[in-house]
Amino acid sequence: MFEISPTEWTAILLSLRVAVIATLVATPFGIALAWLLARRDFWGKSLLDAAVHLPLVLPPVVTGYLLLLTFGKRGLVGGWLADHLGIVFAFRWTGAALACGVMSFPLLVRPIRLSIEAIDRRLEQAAETLGAAPWRVFATVTLPLALPGVLAGMVLGFAKAIGEFGATITFVSNIPGETQTISSAIYSLIQTPDGDTAAARLVIISIVIAMGALIGAEWFARRATARLHGQ
Amino acid sequence: MLRVDIQKQLGEFSLAASFSSEGRVTGLFGASGSGKTSLINTIAGLVRPDRGTIVIDGETVDDTAAGIHVPTWRRRIGYVFQDARLFPHLDIRQNLDYGRRMNRLTEDPAQHKRVIDLLDIGALLDRRPGKLSGGERQRVALGRALLSKPRLLLLDEPLGALDESRKLEILPYLVRLRDEAGVPMVYVSHDAAELRQLATQIVMLRHGQVTAFGGVKVLTGGT
Repeated sequence: MFEISPTEWTAILLSLRVAVIATLVATPFGIALAWLLARRDFWGKSLLDAAVHLPLVLPPVVTGYLLLLTFGKRGLVGGWLADHLGIVFAFRWTGAALACGVMSFPLLVRPIRLSIEAIDRRLEQAAETLGAAPWRVFATVTLPLALPGVLAGMVLGFAKAIGEFGATITFVSNIPGETQTISSAIYSLIQTPDGDTAAARLVIISIVIAMGALIGAEWFARRATARLHGQ
Repeated sequence: MLRVDIQKQLGEFSLAASFSSEGRVTGLFGASGSGKTSLINTIAGLVRPDRGTIVIDGETVDDTAAGIHVPTWRRRIGYVFQDARLFPHLDIRQNLDYGRRMNRLTEDPAQHKRVIDLLDIGALLDRRPGKLSGGERQRVALGRALLSKPRLLLLDEPLGALDESRKLEILPYLVRLRDEAGVPMVYVSHDAAELRQLATQIVMLRHGQVTAFGGVKVLTGGT
């Protein structure tokens, strides 16, 4: 029961790689966007906010299809990237990472935004009176105080990314060794005779990873509160 | 030296202040809502005047006619707020060192020691702001502002959040600061007794207008 086959290992490792890359690449964008939404007022802000949350509400197959239209080989952006930079997303693990990054983005942004909103802006003002230029205020006060929120967002985003299925399979299909993640491996196994045991193993692994991520996020949230109170 | 001649409209409230002070401690005196905090924030650069000029230590930091508005972080001022606003993620030592780092000043152990002795905060250095009493926090805030080597120190009711006995604990430090630190100060307060002990010159504010300017004697003239 607990012997994990090479195919399953490949799927697990690919899922981890896809989720780690998706989270690491999405985080700087997430921080920038969270800061923008928390601290700036501009025209179209609620539209941007809605767009960020869209993958949470849209059927994943729609998001996957939109990604295919945009980043596929003949897609508007995908075609250009393939011709000019040699970056191909379609039916590659990089495409899986892109799909996971897009799908997990709302979950990544939200805790960061909340933690930036919770920061006492008068502390940033104090930093400014002590000679800190705006970007240094961000680097030395805003970001460190928001760090627990950033980490919580990364954990949640990672957990979402590792479990993503609909958009990924629509965009990059289900190719073992290239785009077959834990989720799509389970999907294939359920449809195969005698695949039940292997599917169960992967299901248990998914549950363990998800639980770990949620407990981690909770722990970071508590750290955040303690930190903001200067303990 | 500090020269202020500004106008600022804040919603319904209009602030118009003009004075020039050579004093070591310029007291801004007035009831709450008289515009004291808006005025000190304008000097700090946190509020931009609609019209007028501000000159700190010979440098024009605001001149609306010439389009000059030096941002707060380049004004080389120190600001002590009513709530100390210590950085909760840094310990006291790092809080005290913050201004020096941001202004890229070289370390000055002699001044560091002088300020720490002056304010009696040597025993607090390894603690976190959350573990300090209100009075201790305010002393650290004073030290933090001084160690950024400001050319003007702004204090906005620094004793305002403290109870009577804590006030009496901090006041002697402020007197020592005035006599030993050699940094001119602008001190905002609604407490005439406090200003009588500290200030060398008084700017009296009422409804956003300067109603009197002069030595501490103007405080006895009533408001």
